[in-house]
Amino acid sequence: METSVPPFQDFLEANRAMVHRFLTVAVGPLEADDCFQETFLSALKAYPRLANGDRLDRWVLRIASRKAIDHHRITGRRAVPTDRLPERPATDAEPSGGDDPLWTAVRNLPPRQRVAVVHRHVLDRSYEEIAELMGTSQDAARASVHQGTKRLRELMR
Amino acid sequence: MNPNELKRLAPAPRAAASSKLAAAGLSDAAARGGLLDVALATVGSPLGDLLIAVTPRGLARLAFDLESRDDVLGELADRLSPRILESAAVTADWRRELEEYFDGQRIRFGLRVDRRLLSPFVRRVMDETARVPFGRTTTYGAVAGRIGHPRAARAVGTALGSNPIPVVLPCHRVLRAGGSLGGYAGGLDRKTILLSLEGALTL
Repeated sequence: METSVPPFQDFLEANRAMVHRFLTVAVGPLEADDCFQETFLSALKAYPRLANGDRLDRWVLRIASRKAIDHHRITGRRAVPTDRLPERPATDAEPSGGDDPLWTAVRNLPPRQRVAVVHRHVLDRSYEEIAELMGTSQDAARASVHQGTKRLRELMR
Repeated sequence: MNPNELKRLAPAPRAAASSKLAAAGLSDAAARGGLLDVALATVGSPLGDLLIAVTPRGLARLAFDLESRDDVLGELADRLSPRILESAAVTADWRRELEEYFDGQRIRFGLRVDRRLLSPFVRRVMDETARVPFGRTTTYGAVAGRIGHPRAARAVGTALGSNPIPVVLPCHRVLRAGGSLGGYAGGLDRKTILLSLEGALTL
């Protein structure tokens, strides 16, 4: 059974905290509000064409994941090859979180690894979900999480 | 390092608070982008809180707090558009006119009304009802007569009872012949308050 699409206000209320939490760690606290607005404006644009109100949390988190990765691509200092994981770190527009070594480590993850790690360890999403959210295979999602986590551990040593 | 430590970079309570602020800014951007089809606001009044829904065509819905918010929003989503957001800016003019009315500073609403939620029959009934000015009343039978169905007083009552924009479309000004109040979807207490506010009732 498909469920009907709820009023946008209810959809926003149900998902805003999760999306903001994701973006805060995925792009940094200073950029999170802009990405949040872009995410929900994109959702609003597409909303009347949605046929099915099931799993809208995944739908909006998929949009947010794209916005986060695009954000790093746009603010990145160098061009990023699109067909493989970038080697350069993700770049926050301004350092956020002060001297907290964990923030410093997170900022040094490549964008896709950073997004994957946040899905896994901040939002506790399964690999199956992360694959769907990031538009990759489950193996690729697992690899991104593992590489990102490994890198974080090294950076925190 | 335990990767669960990452959670402390964005504690859930802080995300709840900061997302509330970010969400509040969303409706303005949506309205600027032409993406807001239905703007919601709540207006305090002597009748209790009123939920209003404003579209680019005008005021489409006014609901008393005896109606469930979920039902009202669900109906708006189904019949107008699911692009519904709370917006102080888009509803500002209507909120002001309603406040002026309840303060006794306004006897007529000047802003546009979106009549898409009215069936053709209800529109005809409301058009006749709208001719009854502030401070005056008419009867179900008289309205029925004026729309050319003199024996349809009961159908007129039903149509008035389904008014999606009470107060603004003044169905409260229609009484039973003989002077008793008749019915009101918002309850007779609200009808009494409205008629007293308009000076149409001598209590």
